[in-house]
Amino acid sequence: MNPVPDIFRILPEMILTVTGVAVMLIDASLPPGWARRPLGWVAAFGTTLALWASLWQLSLPVGTGFYSTVETSPFTVFFHVLICGLVLVALLLSLDTLPEDSHHQGEFYALIVFGAVGMCLLTGAVELLLVFIALEISSISTYVLAGYRKDTPRGPEAAIKYFLLGSFATGFLLYGIALAFGATGTTQIYEIAHLAPAAENHGLVLAALALMLVGILFKVSAAPFHVWTPDVYEGSPTPVVALMSTAPKAAAFALLLRVVYEMFPTLHSTWTPLLWVIAVLSMTVGNLAALRQENVKRMLAYSSIAHAGYLLAAFAGLGSSGIAAASFYTAAYAAMNVGIFAVITVASGYDEKRPMVSDFRGLIYRSPLLGSLLIFFLVSLVGIPFTGGFFGKFYSFTAAVGGGAVWLAIIGLLNSGLAAAYYLRLALAAAQHQTAKEAKDAGPTPQVGIAVGAALAFAVVATLILGIKPSEVLRAAEAGAHVLEAPPAQTTVYGPVISPPAP
Amino acid sequence: MNEINQSILTLILLVPLAGAVLVALVPDRFKLPNWIALLTALVTFGLTLHLPAHFLLGHGGFQFEVDRPWIENPAINYHIGVDGLSLWLVVLTGLLAPIGVVASWNAIKERRKVFYSLFLVQQTAMFGVFISLDLMVYYGFWELSLVPMAILIAMYGRKDGPKAAMKFFLFTFVPSAPLLVALLWLYIQTGSFDFTTLQILIAHGSFPAGAMYWVALAFIFAFAVKVPVFPLHGWVADTFSEAPVALAMVVAGKLGLYSMLRFHIGLFPEQARAVAPWMIGLAVIGILYGACLALVQRDFWRLMAFAALSHLSLITLAIYGMTLTGWDGAVYQILSHGVVDGVLFLLLGVLYDQYATSQINAYGGLAAKLPRTATLFVIGALAMIGLPMLSGFVGEFLILSSTFTGVSKGWTIAAALGVILGAAYMLWLVQRLFYGPESQLATSKPPHDLRFGQMAVLWPLAVLMLVMGLAPSLWLASIQTGVRPPQPRIPNPSLQPALSITSLGEAQR
Repeated sequence: MNPVPDIFRILPEMILTVTGVAVMLIDASLPPGWARRPLGWVAAFGTTLALWASLWQLSLPVGTGFYSTVETSPFTVFFHVLICGLVLVALLLSLDTLPEDSHHQGEFYALIVFGAVGMCLLTGAVELLLVFIALEISSISTYVLAGYRKDTPRGPEAAIKYFLLGSFATGFLLYGIALAFGATGTTQIYEIAHLAPAAENHGLVLAALALMLVGILFKVSAAPFHVWTPDVYEGSPTPVVALMSTAPKAAAFALLLRVVYEMFPTLHSTWTPLLWVIAVLSMTVGNLAALRQENVKRMLAYSSIAHAGYLLAAFAGLGSSGIAAASFYTAAYAAMNVGIFAVITVASGYDEKRPMVSDFRGLIYRSPLLGSLLIFFLVSLVGIPFTGGFFGKFYSFTAAVGGGAVWLAIIGLLNSGLAAAYYLRLALAAAQHQTAKEAKDAGPTPQVGIAVGAALAFAVVATLILGIKPSEVLRAAEAGAHVLEAPPAQTTVYGPVISPPAP
Repeated sequence: MNEINQSILTLILLVPLAGAVLVALVPDRFKLPNWIALLTALVTFGLTLHLPAHFLLGHGGFQFEVDRPWIENPAINYHIGVDGLSLWLVVLTGLLAPIGVVASWNAIKERRKVFYSLFLVQQTAMFGVFISLDLMVYYGFWELSLVPMAILIAMYGRKDGPKAAMKFFLFTFVPSAPLLVALLWLYIQTGSFDFTTLQILIAHGSFPAGAMYWVALAFIFAFAVKVPVFPLHGWVADTFSEAPVALAMVVAGKLGLYSMLRFHIGLFPEQARAVAPWMIGLAVIGILYGACLALVQRDFWRLMAFAALSHLSLITLAIYGMTLTGWDGAVYQILSHGVVDGVLFLLLGVLYDQYATSQINAYGGLAAKLPRTATLFVIGALAMIGLPMLSGFVGEFLILSSTFTGVSKGWTIAAALGVILGAAYMLWLVQRLFYGPESQLATSKPPHDLRFGQMAVLWPLAVLMLVMGLAPSLWLASIQTGVRPPQPRIPNPSLQPALSITSLGEAQR
């Protein structure tokens, strides 16, 4: 078999990087008065190209490049496609909602694309140092994007909170990586997987696992590492929230799958109970807190914490069923969540003067399209059949029951009953009659432009496909799961396998 | 013909859905949404009539069956079919759809597109519940049926729609969580969601008895809330007083009762027999409690809600009496209750639209002004009470006689007391609404008696009630094939020969 040129292994990342640099350079060379909006289309075009490149990577043999640091496999392609799709939706969403006179539009688009580079790289990296670099690329872009609305007090606050807590969490991850290196003498994930069983009860390995879990669970905003989420979501522009509540989380979940299932599969009995507890904690804390929220974005922030919990329930599943269920849930959650934030972006506008649940009252009367879509995505978040949310929960809890965690499934499903209360509050508010005064206060009917329309259509179609014909996506997720379960045997490029240190 | 038989059930599912999409697309002008919805409902009803016309009476088991893989992992099949148990329930659902459209014709003035398209989605969901033979597909439609209902209650509620909608949704959604876990557990144990496969596996397989007990309990809990069975009826009064008439007439009863018969007793006969005494006790409490509360209501929607609780509890009693005659009576009574409730709700909706109040006190002496409304209401009320020769009698008689012979005399007497109370509150309601001195309300407004469209719906229904009372064997013949499956569920040979209402007396002798 001919060796695959290394560059093909990171083709989507390359395309995204070129796009980002191009957007930045064009932005810098345009005269100040010119509209920056076309740059968004450039970015969207590049992202679409990257998405196709990821799909094309399926034709490559499974393997690694650049001295066993980057993998291409059905697993990476699954998450690449997901992330590129989400970035595309976020770009389309921003195109119609960013104010025309904003001077920093170019930077905004470039940052989103650079973030995508990091996220894609994170899902493909099989070398812990590259993992760290990818995570930083993606995080730093998101920190800046979170503070994009500098004119409001909440914008910079969100960015600083996110940055401080995020760097702290990355510190944990880095420390975990260092300990893993200390225990095994390598940072290559396959090799660690090879060596770890011999030292599985060694304190260093356990500490490495624990610290890395803290770092990753922070990124997916699982309780008790979730406190940053509501503040950051509230302060960031909604299109950015649509992105950062989905794409970086998808990447972080991919990393979590890699760490627990590929790197430390033999420590199954250690991390399963841990994730069990965190799953229950996340969904319960998320849902209970969301019940009391009046601000829609804060409510959805807590909802995303709860969804991280449902997703973690899949990790109680055995082997490939758990991995496939978690991957599927990531996709289903991403589709409906990006959809609902898209609706909220349009409904409450860029400056978000009316962010409360009560402000959405009568939305279906003001704009039947937005009102119906809001209800549709909420119904999916509740987990009603024939929407993606249902099959996400279904696979996740099937995996849990299959792994023997019946109680986790019961707690999870009762939690989804609890969650229905606040989703429904918003949905029913949108369906409710508004008084004449409220109709006057609500201002002009929100308009749906072409780009936003396309973004909404993507999200609706994805949510419906995942709910009605999930087989294709599940098959892709399973193909990815098999790769994680049985990592390629030969990997070492430099020197013999280092023997584990004496305990 | 064979091809039609193959696709008829799929068509019944898809036509309302297609209608819903069409309603969503057309402009809201010239009552276009109304006409499309009416046309869709009538076409669907016509399609459902194909089923009894081509139903083979001699055959046990399912007919018009379709079984195609839908999702391979987990193995969910698009498995649908009807037997004698579900056959007439599908037709009833089809029949109530045009009635619902007529009942909403003038009542719904705003956002008609949203209303009618959700109404039609609701139809699909209900058909799906009755014909699904794959438990996951069934669960899908079961859950789906909640959504349009909740949204429409919130949008068109009379006073506080969102609150009632929330109550309805949570009451019915939360119990489906244990149901889903139970389904997943069964799937993990057996590798199948298929109803017939599971039925065989559970009958012959050895499952841990304790776990099966909980699984069966999860099923019955979800169904009991939906019926509702006392003490899980908390949602019913608010829902009835807020829901648009077209939905109030279908919200309670048949979905839950059918599911009890098919999926609780059908899958877990052992466990069902174990909880039967409890269910009988709760049912009798429900009959009396509902009837007593109905007696003291001042609002006719709430009165109808508690009347429904009482009547549906009677059917629950028959189902958990675990006698074949009782099951015949139960299914028959579901049909009769569906038709009678449809008529009464439509008429109350007409009154409410005219006078904008549901306080019974405000009415009185309307019979002179609205003679057609009054006549039809009286017929409906008499059918509900169970006057011989009208539809309610047959079911009640079968239920009470089977309880008397098959369960216990004491419970029968208590249940019969509830039936008497039922006569009391219904007749009193008729008297307070239509007779007596003319109230201020009646004189204050020019009377609008029933329009042509309403009459065109109501008179056939009145005739139907009469036919159902006179010739029950038309329906019972096929119901019996559903209730008596090929493999006898009850080993008692004395109850095996087919009992129709005519041979019942002989059988008892």
